Amino acid sequence: MSEGKDRGGFYDTGWQPAGDVHRDEDGRPHDHPGLQEDVVLGVRASRALAMHELLVEKDVIGGHEVDDAIELWSTRVPSNGATLVAKAWSDPEFKARLLEHPKETVVESGFVPEHNADIIVLENTSTVQHMVVCTLCSCYPTALLGPPPDWYKSFSYRSRAVTEPRAVMSEFGLELEEDVEVRVVDSNSELRFLVLPRRPAGTEGWSEERLAALVTRDSMIGVSAPLSPDAVQN
Amino acid sequence: MPELLFSPGDRVLVRDETPPHHHRTPWYVKARRGIVLEFIGMYLDSETRAHGGSGLPELPMYRVEFDQTELWPEYAESPSDKLWVDLYEHWLERA
Repeated sequence: MSEGKDRGGFYDTGWQPAGDVHRDEDGRPHDHPGLQEDVVLGVRASRALAMHELLVEKDVIGGHEVDDAIELWSTRVPSNGATLVAKAWSDPEFKARLLEHPKETVVESGFVPEHNADIIVLENTSTVQHMVVCTLCSCYPTALLGPPPDWYKSFSYRSRAVTEPRAVMSEFGLELEEDVEVRVVDSNSELRFLVLPRRPAGTEGWSEERLAALVTRDSMIGVSAPLSPDAVQN
Repeated sequence: MPELLFSPGDRVLVRDETPPHHHRTPWYVKARRGIVLEFIGMYLDSETRAHGGSGLPELPMYRVEFDQTELWPEYAESPSDKLWVDLYEHWLERA
């Protein structure tokens, strides 16, 4: 977070209440330069703002914590996982270490597992397809894939992923041969799973950067395959 | 490190219990038979942690594999399909 950034940065998105008075951690009111005075807050935004101010006032959180959390979340994106996958495709030693010591390798690569969670990397092969679900809630490797998509948290996915995984994959565009074993992994405990998809044919000699562009979020959840080389030509 | 009750390859049956407190054992594996793939480590007990407890002592957790046809008698996609889930030792008994 840059010095001098306004403490109310979270709210500098155009939904400030007109005439609202914000307070610093010491309780003194402070200004919000650049506020749009004419924006009317919706119910949820008003509630969030009120809760934020109360939490700061009661010393439950510091004035920067919401901004810091937003900053942290902005670093959790699917390209983190894609970087690891592309490196594993390119470097057999790295791949072996990623599969054998996943958490250490993830940390060495500069990523911070949420809640210090353990991470397991599941390798798809020509005979095995892994697919991750959390039937109890929405456990997900957010440090590597960002926040889970809404469908991952839906009741429909959480129930159908375990009862008819191939039908679900088919809806994502992945048709598997019957002799490929499907392993649905229910991520309901303290571990987070990342699927290492198969490297697409026709990518021999590609740089890690080009390869990473083929690695979609959904392919690292295991519901679909990476993009084909044609998809990113030119 | 306590003595582990199960080793890879052991056939296990998941206890068919519904305690009133939070637990992570999905209903669909209860009373089903699977195979221990591996001991994955000692983990805080989420069942006490969810209710204000410390979660200590840590408990052994295993990755258990089930045939999809064992979980869902009508499963029609492919007889070789599997499901993996991590379960605390106290949910397992020898099958």
